[in-house]
Amino acid sequence: MSTPLLELRKVTKIFGSRHDYTVALDDMTLVLDEYFPKIIAVVGESGSGKTTTGMLLLGFYGPTMGQVLFRGRPLRELRGAELFRFRREVQAVFQDPFAVYNPFYKVDNLLSIPIKNFKLARSKAEARELMEDALERVGLRPEETLGRYPHQLSGGQRQRIAVARALLLKPKFLITDEPVSMVDASLRSTILKSLRALNQEFGVPILYITHDLTTAYHISDYIIILYHGSVMEAGNVDSIIRKPNHPYTKLLVSSIPWPDPDLPWGGTEEMIQKSQVAFKAITGCKFAPRCPYKMDICETKAPELFMPERDRVVACYLYRDHTVLPREELSSVFAQA
Amino acid sequence: MSEPVLQVKNLKVYYYVEAGAVKAVDDVSFTLDFGVKMGLVGESGSGKSTMAFALMRMIKPPGKIESGQMILDGIDLLKLSEEKMRQTRLRKLAMIPQGAMNALNPVMRIDKQLIDGMLDHGVIMSKEEREARVAQLLEMVDLPPKVAKMYPHELSGGMQQRVTVAQSISMEPDVIIADEPTSALDVVIQRQVMETINRLQQRLGLSIILIGHDMGLMAQSVDRLAVMYAGKMMEIGETHAMFRDPLHPYTRLLIESLPVLENKGVFSGIPGITPSLLNPPEGCVFHTRCPKAWNLCQEATPEFVEIKPGRWVACHLHTA
Amino acid sequence: MQRGQGFKGFLNYIRRNPAFGGGLLILLLLLLFSTVAGYFVPKEGAYPLFTTPKQKPSAEHPFGTDSVGRDLLPTLIYGTRMTLSIGMIAGCIGLGVGTVLGFMTGYFGGLFDTIVKFFVDVLMTIPSFLLLITISASVPNPEEMSVIQMALILSLVSWVQPTRAIRAQVLSMRERAFVMMAKLSGMSGMEIIIKELMPNLLPYLAISLAGAVNGGVLGSLGLQTLGIGNLREPSLGMTIYWLRYYNAFLQGYWWWIIEPVIVIAAIFIAFLLISIGLDEFANPRTRRTV
Repeated sequence: MSTPLLELRKVTKIFGSRHDYTVALDDMTLVLDEYFPKIIAVVGESGSGKTTTGMLLLGFYGPTMGQVLFRGRPLRELRGAELFRFRREVQAVFQDPFAVYNPFYKVDNLLSIPIKNFKLARSKAEARELMEDALERVGLRPEETLGRYPHQLSGGQRQRIAVARALLLKPKFLITDEPVSMVDASLRSTILKSLRALNQEFGVPILYITHDLTTAYHISDYIIILYHGSVMEAGNVDSIIRKPNHPYTKLLVSSIPWPDPDLPWGGTEEMIQKSQVAFKAITGCKFAPRCPYKMDICETKAPELFMPERDRVVACYLYRDHTVLPREELSSVFAQA
Repeated sequence: MSEPVLQVKNLKVYYYVEAGAVKAVDDVSFTLDFGVKMGLVGESGSGKSTMAFALMRMIKPPGKIESGQMILDGIDLLKLSEEKMRQTRLRKLAMIPQGAMNALNPVMRIDKQLIDGMLDHGVIMSKEEREARVAQLLEMVDLPPKVAKMYPHELSGGMQQRVTVAQSISMEPDVIIADEPTSALDVVIQRQVMETINRLQQRLGLSIILIGHDMGLMAQSVDRLAVMYAGKMMEIGETHAMFRDPLHPYTRLLIESLPVLENKGVFSGIPGITPSLLNPPEGCVFHTRCPKAWNLCQEATPEFVEIKPGRWVACHLHTA
Repeated sequence: MQRGQGFKGFLNYIRRNPAFGGGLLILLLLLLFSTVAGYFVPKEGAYPLFTTPKQKPSAEHPFGTDSVGRDLLPTLIYGTRMTLSIGMIAGCIGLGVGTVLGFMTGYFGGLFDTIVKFFVDVLMTIPSFLLLITISASVPNPEEMSVIQMALILSLVSWVQPTRAIRAQVLSMRERAFVMMAKLSGMSGMEIIIKELMPNLLPYLAISLAGAVNGGVLGSLGLQTLGIGNLREPSLGMTIYWLRYYNAFLQGYWWWIIEPVIVIAAIFIAFLLISIGLDEFANPRTRRTV
């Protein structure tokens, strides 16, 4: 068993001061392999910890407890050549199509700098060719995009360039944080198609972080549902979206506005009273305050990951009669192709 | 009741920049009947947000309402004086803004913010009447009474948005313009806020224009749908009919590009990019990206025509 | 921002930003006054016993003369030159040090940041003027102080504001997505500071420079008015010292009072307008919508 590329090992991330703190991620273990070319979606609402997960994996946040590892080495210990390798192999596409550009420079920079630093081309001409090729793959015309400043292009064009960058770099792992949420609906499919191509043609595993269940369903193979920093449900995306087990997942799925007037918002038996109270770290299941199936044990002890089927786990006592999967082995549920 | 409460005719709103005139809204017409929820959907650059502000006559320079008519309950809003228009806002025509946290005053308690608008319009109320009205408004938007004494930052995003909804109905206007009221909210809260708006609409008999880019939300929330593209109105019709059988190629492509449960793995977008509003294409503004375009589309702008009762479309396929 | 069209773009910008244009104009006039005008006027006139003292402004001496026979026109011309020089040198040193410290502490943080912050906090609490007086008084032969010496003393405090301002900007900027992208593209910390952060902070650097130069001028005026520093070579502060010494108020030598005051006011107004103008430039950039 080779060393996994990226690993979150019992990571907890807490923000704030001693008296006013938020647990963004609670004891999360995730093992990501470079040879497992699947797309894993991390889905949750704001405050779920999904963005924190991405930031931890990219080394932009440090864990409060636990470790984040790259090829077995803790990120905070990486230096020099090792650190450089980390940056080369793990790439990202972020949400805001404008913020990733330095307004001072032309958009070419986003592509040319990594080419230069990672020595992907032997000459300027070759670099240019790489850039043009990548742009064409995302449906852009190089003559209309290169040489421009960020404010001269539309949001959709800018985001496509960011995806072209990922295609160009062919990293060992790509972390995408809401790559299409700030992009027009008609353009989303194009961008998702490019990501899918990166995954299927070039075998790049992708972590797709989003709050949008529909795009998550469309592009990914597996899904992790987070709520206030804890995993609620995880596994094969098809089974989970079509037949959600966890009450929270059911709530999420029933709130999806399907673009079909004959498919109204899901059954109202799942409508849960609005949680007006500011959320504070509690013992027990994070969803208990809002859960219609709450039992006593839910408020005292957080549920383990129960495995009702081979390819999915659910953190809910409603399924306590099934085998338990230790938290550290969460990722094994993704290996069931 | 199918009487129009709001009629927009040939509205043009242009922004004057150094390089020329940006035709944000270019000759747009539509009708809103009493008690109807109409969705105005479009992507970025379609002109839908400009529409929202134009209806409230809140377009600031360099923008200018060039021409057209906006007839609310028989009165042309564009012909009103500034003072009369001010009186019309909130009383007859109200807006729920996008991003409640920017619309609420951070240093004012909720009850005061709810009442402020009414007091500004000269409504005289005793202390008891004010408190009663605040309690009533909060109840109508499903907020607990204790919210009255709180400050905006103490509320969650969804609750803040509900407060702006409550503000908009405080004088029971005829028409409410909701400008992407839920775009900043999570999907679960979004549903709850939309259902609140829905219940309110039925209870008070309001007419609503819901502006947004989320076709899914539109399918769930509105009776009629108007589709805008690059400043022009492409198609208007009853929601079911629009989804079942879209007439305009843009509407059709838009619906087909939406991810639903059935089409997993199928990715179809609309090729090309949105045109510049400074120099829109000749003829039909969509022809550069339209799979069904032919020579006429490049030469002549299609008329916006009612080809079936209640169904309007601007496309040579149907009008030539 | 329209970065093209070089000079024409610059003129265009000035048209849209009258504060900046106005300030720049005043500064330009002051510079012309203090340099070019000096060719037409003998430097000896700025020293005592050059000509008849206590003369009101006339055709012969357009600015009048002071109690010891200085012609006030050359006095002010060379005085402005010296005061501005001191201010600019102090300002540039202050900005230079402030830039380096601001970027290093803002971006890298750590122990270095803690140490520098300590000094900044201490210097912010101690009244800088008292500090300057103390330091100046301990210099041997303060009456012989050169421009460079005074500038160096002033720069001991002029670095503080730029450091704080730049550090604050860097702290907020380093969380931005394009910095994250730069890291993901294999750029090192120093590369990011120089290539990514600095260009975006040019307006802030300019504002800090304006502030530091202004502060330098103010500091030198303060010291010299109190009699600390070189009182023989012409400078604006020195002029004020002497007019107080010779009781220009009570003697009614209004021209001696008004002239330096007007020049000093012009300097401050110029820098104020430039700062206001640059501020407007710095902020709407982030509001640039597409």
